Amino acid sequence: MSIEVKNVTKIFGNFKALDDISMKVETGELVALLGPSGSGKTTLLRIIAGLEVTDAGDILFEGKDAKEQKAKDRNVGFVFQHYALFRHMKVFDNVAFGLRVQPKNIRPSEKEIKNRVMELLKLVQLEWVAGRFPWQLSGGQRQRIALARALAVKPKVLLLDEPFGSLDARVRKELRQWLRRFHDDLHITSLFVTHDQEEALEVADRVVVMNKGKVEQVGTPEEVYHNPANVFVLNFLGNVNLFHARVEGGKVFMGNTSLEIPGLKAGNVKSANVYVRPHQFEITRQPKQASSMKAAVRFINPAGPIVKIDLVTEAGHSIQAEISQEEFSKIKIRKNEQVYVSLKDITFSEYEI
Amino acid sequence: MFPPLKRNSGSENPGPHKIQSESKLVKWLLIGLALGYIAIFLIMPLACVFMTAFSKGLGTYVKAISEPDALAAIRLTLITAVIAVPLNMIFGIAASWAIAKFNFKGKSILLTFIDLPLSVSPVISGLIFVLLFGSQGFFGPWLIGHGIRMMFTPAAIILTTIFVTFPMVARELIPVMKAQGNDEEEAAMTLGASGFQTFWRVTLPNIKWGLLYGIILCNARAMGEFGAVSVVSGHIRGLTNTLPLHIEILYNEYHFAAAFAAASLLAMLAIVTLVVKSFIDAGIKRNLQLTWTGPEEKV
Repeated sequence: MSIEVKNVTKIFGNFKALDDISMKVETGELVALLGPSGSGKTTLLRIIAGLEVTDAGDILFEGKDAKEQKAKDRNVGFVFQHYALFRHMKVFDNVAFGLRVQPKNIRPSEKEIKNRVMELLKLVQLEWVAGRFPWQLSGGQRQRIALARALAVKPKVLLLDEPFGSLDARVRKELRQWLRRFHDDLHITSLFVTHDQEEALEVADRVVVMNKGKVEQVGTPEEVYHNPANVFVLNFLGNVNLFHARVEGGKVFMGNTSLEIPGLKAGNVKSANVYVRPHQFEITRQPKQASSMKAAVRFINPAGPIVKIDLVTEAGHSIQAEISQEEFSKIKIRKNEQVYVSLKDITFSEYEI
Repeated sequence: MFPPLKRNSGSENPGPHKIQSESKLVKWLLIGLALGYIAIFLIMPLACVFMTAFSKGLGTYVKAISEPDALAAIRLTLITAVIAVPLNMIFGIAASWAIAKFNFKGKSILLTFIDLPLSVSPVISGLIFVLLFGSQGFFGPWLIGHGIRMMFTPAAIILTTIFVTFPMVARELIPVMKAQGNDEEEAAMTLGASGFQTFWRVTLPNIKWGLLYGIILCNARAMGEFGAVSVVSGHIRGLTNTLPLHIEILYNEYHFAAAFAAASLLAMLAIVTLVVKSFIDAGIKRNLQLTWTGPEEKV
């Protein structure tokens, strides 16, 4: 079932949580709502679930207006940030809840409920905790039970609020890969909220980047990372270096060095802001071209698959660069050495004419 | 020797090797002070009540609590509690639900009103009812005109008791409900539960210990209330005397053994209340454990 959000506005007191938001989730997609806290992403999720009402705008399920539908009638699976498991019920009863509250005429028999619950527990690989209480489970286990509970009523849409927010880093990584595989098996239309860009880029088919109640960009993880629509998206999705460049006589200057900047239009501009991701630098011992910047190595962190290097240019500009281990072992630089930095590519640029 | 002190902070004990900076002397001094205080102001009076009650033998004791006036007083006390407690339970749940789970204008005014019976002297609570239902009061003449007499009847006693005990359940439930938040109710709703199902299957089980606690306190107050009831009762023997009023009359007539015999019934109620309360405390502790979220260790 597709979800369409049309010009939705939500105001709490004098705080505009959502400001004329529109977006769409196609059937079977896994979409991430990504943004800093206070960007309105959770509010949007709750509005879709029917837990909040809009002040303006519509929510459409499969093209049909859902305004008149209450939360209990929307057939939406919702996984809460802090799981919201029923603390006085055992895991089995938690998962069975949605089936047991169905009207008598459509409610399955206790035996069918039992089969369904065990099937779901098997799906989340936790059959063996059926007789435990939520407080006897670890965070990751609780999260998966919350998911099983939401799936029990066969929802057409799955909404997850910061699904991995309160887990530690290792469990978080495992669970998000698990969620991706899980979605690939079930193909249920899913929308999840996160403030962690790594999580969104790794798990989602498409990412909706939100800020201050507005949608900044919608796109595949690749699109939003490599072709950000604006400076906010650029900054939010990863580290970036900002350079102010002057343009004189068709040449681009950074400090006193004239620089070759790939993709930068030199004509008709006075200056430009150039945004460069750490991996877009090349570091060499000899100037690669006449226009390489001379810089001193300040700090090297070689732990991990990439080597992080902090440099300072002659003009006093600090640069955060990342190169592969391979490249690092080739150039063999050390702290405080003089090197040359050139740009392989840039991510984003703003012009002043 | 006293058993080692259990810390109030509960079951998440800080470990067996907690460093205590106070010296042993200070510790035992404080414990001794507290126990001495309890002995003088609680245990001794309680023992006194029972000793005086039985001072003229078991026969007098049994006679004192089985004479018709005493039985009538016991009956009225029980009837009052049976009516006042359930009503205030329903009101308490409704009020705390509204206050804890919703935002609305006038919420703080409602909270103040709920606290009102606790902040005024019981005598004044009684006088309010005289002002309302007495023959010179607001509704009094109208009621008397329609052949209904309110003052000096069991009805007045029950109404006054309801007023006095009205905050007991709500005050216990509001913090419990606030602490639990709305998450589980919202989860129930997204799973297709109706409002009633949500209340019955999710909210009520979660507040049951707080509710029981409130009911116990409400009941103790309803049965033991003296001041407010005294004002509206009229002290008609066998008709409008509750147990506390009965005790006072006996005492004023120098029937000490009989007065204390009746008093021992109320004292026993207090003891039963304390025992039930300690069971409920254990339940609340268990309930707290259900909300425990510890460090995540394994997937």
